[in-house]
Amino acid sequence: MSETSLQDRLGYQSLFLGVVVFVTCALLAFAYQMTREPIRLALENDLLNNFSQVLPAEIYDNNLLETKTDIQAPWGEFSWYQASLNDEVTGVVFPLTAYGYAGDIEMLIAVRSNGEISGVRVLVHRETPGLGDKIEVSRDPWITEFNGLSLQDPPPSDWGVKKDGGVFDQFTGATITPRAVVAAIKRGLEFFEAEKATFLTPVALSEE
Amino acid sequence: MTDYSRLAKNGLWTNNMVFAQLLALCPVMAVTGTATNGLGMGLATFFVLVGSNLVVSLIRHWVSQAVRIPVYIVIIATLVTLTDMLINAFAYELYKVLGLFIALIVVNCAILGRAEAFASKNTLWDTLVDSTMMGIGLTWALVMIGAFREILGSGTLFANADLLLGESFGFLEITLIPDYKGFLILLLPPGGFIAVGFLLVAKRWIDQRLSKDKKEPTESAGCSVEGHGA
Repeated sequence: MSETSLQDRLGYQSLFLGVVVFVTCALLAFAYQMTREPIRLALENDLLNNFSQVLPAEIYDNNLLETKTDIQAPWGEFSWYQASLNDEVTGVVFPLTAYGYAGDIEMLIAVRSNGEISGVRVLVHRETPGLGDKIEVSRDPWITEFNGLSLQDPPPSDWGVKKDGGVFDQFTGATITPRAVVAAIKRGLEFFEAEKATFLTPVALSEE
Repeated sequence: MTDYSRLAKNGLWTNNMVFAQLLALCPVMAVTGTATNGLGMGLATFFVLVGSNLVVSLIRHWVSQAVRIPVYIVIIATLVTLTDMLINAFAYELYKVLGLFIALIVVNCAILGRAEAFASKNTLWDTLVDSTMMGIGLTWALVMIGAFREILGSGTLFANADLLLGESFGFLEITLIPDYKGFLILLLPPGGFIAVGFLLVAKRWIDQRLSKDKKEPTESAGCSVEGHGA
């Protein structure tokens, strides 16, 4: 039997395809095992790096990742992290989503135990380059204006961009983006006030 | 030797994936906002192209005609997934930039096209030469488009090169035009089309000049460019 006629048989073809799929799957499974740990570490490092941007190093000495807890907010469930210094809760870090001009803007906010904002950063967004992307701290210091503010200062009615009668600057040519960011931060602070008891009770660390 | 130089010329210039075949335009438009991103995408595609074509060439005697396309696609998809996992694990900063687009390599018809048109019919060595040249051709095309858009769009060149190549390549980062206000449209998707258009014109122009040098009177009557030698 010649090679070509063997290759024309249905059995050979399915077997060949099967072998190829089996080999590639085995390869992928192996690679997955090899890269799982580095990928997890990279993600953790990234998260810790983000934490260090919103939370000054001197107000916490615990491993934030260990305090990961889930909570239900009006806009959905998310994970938050608790910062403490000498076993005293000093603040919390949690993600926020603003609904910007071009989709969701993912942010991270850290609130001190007294309700003041320690820091806010935009992590992922698709706002227009050159206009809305000034919310990135690497392009414009605008987002650092929020440091030290709380719902008492300025009062809740002033939490808006200047165009809406609030106290925050909008950007030339972009009002929707900063408006969305301000609204999300206000929403986050209000949620912190509402759930203060939960947020400021020391999280029981699960023993590994 | 002539055969290899023909393969090289094909891949790098005459039959360049982007500038001649006009394939792979999806990743081209999507990621070439900066020269660095273009380079990263080019290298990732290069790896997948060479790897998959070598495997296809290796098993070409056993693949039957009827199932060859699914076999090629499985091989390409596997290599793309491997690339994706490796970049995610060991170059996370780059992954944050390119991550979304690496999966797109799998639908890059240029790779399947090369497997079908060349690798499945030629020896391992010839395939290595061909796919390397095609890959380099694609990479330089992406870097060119990225550089074009980056220089005119934001006034820099190879910004963030250290994320891709390591700290020691930080010197590549050049701010060409300080205090540049930026030219937004080139960074947005339409800028990709504009950049490719201009570079295609440039390539056609060079090609015409070259063929003019070879045989004096050309048939193209409309071309009235004054010749000063190429």
